[in-house]
Amino acid sequence: MRHALLLGLAAAVAAGVPWTQASAQMDDPVAAEFDKFREVLEKDNPAELWEVKGEQLWTTPGGPKKASLEKCDLGLGPGVVKGAYAQMPRYFADVDRVMDAEARIVHCMITLQGYELDKLDDKPFSSATHTPDPVSITTYVAAQSAGMKLAPPQNHPKEKAAYAIGKEIFHYRAGSYDFSCASCHGVDGQRIRTQPLPNFTKPEQAIRSVQGWPGYRMTGGVMHTLQWRLTDCYRQQRFPEPGYTSETLSALLTYLTVNASGQVYKGPGIKR
Amino acid sequence: MHQTRRTVTLGLLAALGGALLSPLRALAARNQGAFEAKSAVDAMRALGMSGAAESKDIEIRAPDIAENGAVVPIDITSNIPGTTSISVFIEKNPFPYTGTFDFTAGAVPFVHLRAKVGESTPVRVVVAAGGKFYTTAKEVKVTIGGCGG
Amino acid sequence: MADPMKIRATLQGDVADVRVLMAHPMETGQRKQGGQVVPLHFIQSITATLNGKQVFSADISQAISRNPVFAFKVKGAKAGDEIAVTWKDNKGETRTDKTTVRGGS
Repeated sequence: MRHALLLGLAAAVAAGVPWTQASAQMDDPVAAEFDKFREVLEKDNPAELWEVKGEQLWTTPGGPKKASLEKCDLGLGPGVVKGAYAQMPRYFADVDRVMDAEARIVHCMITLQGYELDKLDDKPFSSATHTPDPVSITTYVAAQSAGMKLAPPQNHPKEKAAYAIGKEIFHYRAGSYDFSCASCHGVDGQRIRTQPLPNFTKPEQAIRSVQGWPGYRMTGGVMHTLQWRLTDCYRQQRFPEPGYTSETLSALLTYLTVNASGQVYKGPGIKR
Repeated sequence: MHQTRRTVTLGLLAALGGALLSPLRALAARNQGAFEAKSAVDAMRALGMSGAAESKDIEIRAPDIAENGAVVPIDITSNIPGTTSISVFIEKNPFPYTGTFDFTAGAVPFVHLRAKVGESTPVRVVVAAGGKFYTTAKEVKVTIGGCGG
Repeated sequence: MADPMKIRATLQGDVADVRVLMAHPMETGQRKQGGQVVPLHFIQSITATLNGKQVFSADISQAISRNPVFAFKVKGAKAGDEIAVTWKDNKGETRTDKTTVRGGS
C-alpha cells in the first residue's frame, strides 16, 4: 500500500499535477460529503479498542521490572493522566528536554518498567498485524484529554527553543524534491487529489495537525500516533527519517501544537 | 481481485465450519453458495430472493462518494411491517453478497455496518417481510484517495 | 486469544441502541504481505441476545471492514438488562462479550 501511494505520488509529481490550487474549502461538495460521513465514522471509532488496551497496559505491572506506569509523570505529577496530553509537548527537568506524549510514555516504559529503547524503537509503528504498546498507551492517554483545550506550556526556555526549532524544521526545504512541510501545509487551498490540506501556520487551521491523532487509519485499519504521522511526512518529503521519540519530532510537535493552543482537542480520531 | 482456487478451497472449509455454528442461530447453515456467487443476481438466486419487488420503504444511508473504500458506513432501515431480515449486496465487489441481518424478538429492522467497497457500485438491499422480498439500491462512488490523513 | 469487543447499549425511550466494536483483521484472502497472500480470515456469524434471548443475528462475508463496527436497536429493553454479543470466525475462533443497558439522556 505504501508503495502504491508512493508510486502514485511520484507519478503525479512526474505529471506535474500534484498540487492543484482548486478550491478545497468548505464549499467543496466532495469535502462536505466526507465531513458528513466522518461524523458517522467517528461516532463508533475502532480507536476505542486500543484505548481499552492502553489503559490495561498503563495500570498492569509489566516489563523487566514488573512495574505499572501509574507512577509515570506526564507533566502534571506522577500518575496524573487526565489533561496531560493536551498540555504536551512540555519540558521535563529529569531529562532536561522537551518531550511529546509518546516520547514521555516511552521514557517511562524505559525508566519505570525497564524496557530497552532499542527494542521499543525497533518497529515502533503499527502494521496490519501488530500494534506496539506505546501506540496503545498513547491512545489511552490522549483519550483522557478529550474535550480539553490544548495548552502546551511555553514558559521554560527550552520550551520556547523547541517552538523556534520546530518552526525552522517546518520551513526547511531540502531533499530530492526541494520540499518542506510548509510546501504542502504552509499555504492556503492546497490539496492532494480529493484531500484538502490544512495550512498549519494559521491558528484556525493549525488544530488539524493535532485533531484526530492518535488516529485509526481506515487505510490498512491500523492505529497511528503523531510520531508515525510526522515520520511518514519525512518519508513523503524524501528526507532521512527522524529518530523515534527524538528531540526533532518533539520540537516539530511543539511548533504545531502551540500554533493550535486554546482550541479544543476531541480525543483519538479516525483518519483516511 | 480474483477468486482463486485457494479461496474456493478455504470457502469450502468455511462451509464445513458453518455446521458448527451456535445453536442460538435459528437459520441452519451458512449459505455458502450465495457468499461465493460472483454477481448479486446469482447470490440472490442462491438465497431464494429473486424477483424481489422494488420498494420505497427501505432507507439506505451511505455516502454518495466514500472517502475511503476500505470503510464505507452504511445505515439501513426497513419501514416494511413484519421485516425479519435485511440482506446487503455490494454489486461490483468480487463477491457481492455481504451479509444477512436477522431481527427477532423485538429488534428494530435497522442495522449499521461498514464495508469494503472495491469500486463505484450500487449497494443493493433486500428485505424479507411476511415471506416476501423487497429491494432497493443506492449508488456509492469510491474515489482514488490521496496520501496522508 | 481475540481482543475483547467494546459494546455500548443506551436507552432511547424503550429502544436500546446497541453499538459494537470488534477487533478482527477481516482478511479477504486477496491481500499480499511480503509477496505472500494473507489467508482468508474473517468473522462469519454474529449473534446478540437480550437477557439471554436472541434478538439479532447475522451471517457476514469478508467484505465487512477490518475491525468491524455494527449497530442495531432492540425494542422493549430496560436499564440494567444484559446484552451479550458473540462472533465466530472461519477459523473457529469465537468471542463473547456482555454489557448492561444504560439509561439514555
